[in-house]
Amino acid sequence: MTTTTLAPAAGRTGTPKPAPSPIPLSRITAVELRKSFDTRSGFWLLASIGITAVLATGAVLLWAPDSELTYDTFAAAIGFPMAVILPMIAVLSVTSEWSQRSGLTTFTLVPHRSRVILAKALVAIGVGVASMLLAFGIGAIGNIAGSAIAGVPTVWDDGFGVLGYIVLGNVLGLLVGFMLGTVIRNSAGAIVAYFVYSFVLPTLSMLLANGQQWFRDLQPWIDFNFAQGQLFNGSMSGEQWAHLGVAGTIWLVAPLAVGLAMLMRSEVK
Amino acid sequence: MITVASLTRTYGAFTAVDDITFTAEAGRVTGFLGPNGAGKSTTMRIMVGLTPATSGTAHINGQRFSDLPNPGLEVGVLLDASAQHAGRTGREILTVAQRMMGLPARRVDEMLELVSLTPDEAGRRVRHYSLGMRQRLGIATALLGDPGVLILDEPANGLDPAGIRWMRDLLRGYADQGGTVLLSSHLLHEIEVIADDLVVIGQGRIVAQGTKAELLRAAGTLVRTHDAPRLATALTASGLSVVPSTTTGGTDALRVDADPELVGKVAQQAGIALAELRAADGAGLEEMFLELTADTQREGAVA
Ligand SMILES: Nc1ncnc2c1ncn2[C@@H]1O[C@H](COP(=O)(O)OP(=O)(O)O)[C@@H](O)[C@H]1O
Ligand SMILES: [Mg+2]
Repeated sequence: MTTTTLAPAAGRTGTPKPAPSPIPLSRITAVELRKSFDTRSGFWLLASIGITAVLATGAVLLWAPDSELTYDTFAAAIGFPMAVILPMIAVLSVTSEWSQRSGLTTFTLVPHRSRVILAKALVAIGVGVASMLLAFGIGAIGNIAGSAIAGVPTVWDDGFGVLGYIVLGNVLGLLVGFMLGTVIRNSAGAIVAYFVYSFVLPTLSMLLANGQQWFRDLQPWIDFNFAQGQLFNGSMSGEQWAHLGVAGTIWLVAPLAVGLAMLMRSEVK
Repeated sequence: MITVASLTRTYGAFTAVDDITFTAEAGRVTGFLGPNGAGKSTTMRIMVGLTPATSGTAHINGQRFSDLPNPGLEVGVLLDASAQHAGRTGREILTVAQRMMGLPARRVDEMLELVSLTPDEAGRRVRHYSLGMRQRLGIATALLGDPGVLILDEPANGLDPAGIRWMRDLLRGYADQGGTVLLSSHLLHEIEVIADDLVVIGQGRIVAQGTKAELLRAAGTLVRTHDAPRLATALTASGLSVVPSTTTGGTDALRVDADPELVGKVAQQAGIALAELRAADGAGLEEMFLELTADTQREGAVA
């Protein structure tokens, strides 16, 4: 590193700068998208979506019995790692501003924190939907290849409606990660919380429902995971949508609102 | 220009920033001086909206920071050079800021050159940077938008002597072109060489402010008497400002913002006998700062 060779005033000379006009949300979103790729961890997290989709497809091709070589099998196999990775991406997009302390710069360049958080949410949802479409594509290739290799007819047993439910289910899971990132604002803490939220709580709920009749009737209304699970069965009744709405309000919307309110007023240091 | 008015920030019962008011003028380097824990960083974080104030206001060119449409083009901020994602390269950190501000991409190269980070260094991840390199990167980020106001928290930390010299010249040039520079330090001598104006803070309160020349000159008069409280009352009644002085090691000394002759007259009129009366010899600022530092060190030693 060499020092002291430049004219000290070079920082302020001559550069024509745009007249200050408000930073559009589209620009914040584009920058946030870039930030989700530009670190090694971020890059590999995103790359792992494609990688695990290919691995899952390969696993079905190798090990699934011929009778199971249908699109639904591929979609389910690919969907499983996706349901874990996407929420992690959402968690880290929020928490890294605190855990890595880059928020000091982010929130001085854009002092309206709600705009940054909104941009992050848009990026997380966009990445989630794009990943799901990619996964469906990889699954479709696997389905065609698998049935050709096995010499069985290609079965397209998941229609676009079903795929739509799966996308919605994954976006909700991703938003749970986003919510926990917002509330906890610490990478390790939020990731642990996510696993408690989506694996420990549902187990407790199931045990309780098995033992207690009164809870069994209540479960669809207050167990968000249960209500989300209904999306993956391929059809939704009006009552099931109501379950999803009520449980989602309790476990996602309300804590997200609290988390956002805290985040707006918190110190960034 | 930065205007801070009656700014207060409390944490529970503890007051980190206590009713401070000052102005950092355009075209001048304002040094924000105080021992560790005095409240400098908290004040600066409040200025840029990272910490909410408990009461009081901070304005930049007459506007609240949060009302600036694209703050990076008006205010360059460096609060903590280590507060960056360790996995990004130096160049990437500048690029992210350049895009957010909507600046041309060549600005990144200009800034890297300005702060003497080589392309090789800029391509390394910040995890592998020394503190000095982080400071340079932080200064590059602050200057990126060619802002008229700079807010820098202890930017000299971790720089080598050549780096400190370089930064001093850089900030001098910036202020000479009409920029407002506010920089903090906990070292009197570091800030003495660069600042035009000084704001001295201790335990959350401003204890002195003015031009550097004024503060270094205005040491006033040192007077000792066996009845210091009565003399203080008499001097205050005559419109003079009086502070207890510890230079002599006792509690019988006062420092008065007036020349010795006037102090003698007031004492005579009040009928108070003096033990000593002399000019306080330019030692005011240094003495005051030492006292402030000693106070915090004493607390540290007990804890
Ligand atoms: N979040 C917080 N909670 C409690 N005390 C705090 C908090 N932030 C800062 N402080 C206290 O406020 C005082 C001022 O801190 P700071 O502004 O960092 O001082 P400086 O930058 O002058 O060294 C310190 O005593 C510090 O411990
Ligand atoms: Mg500090």
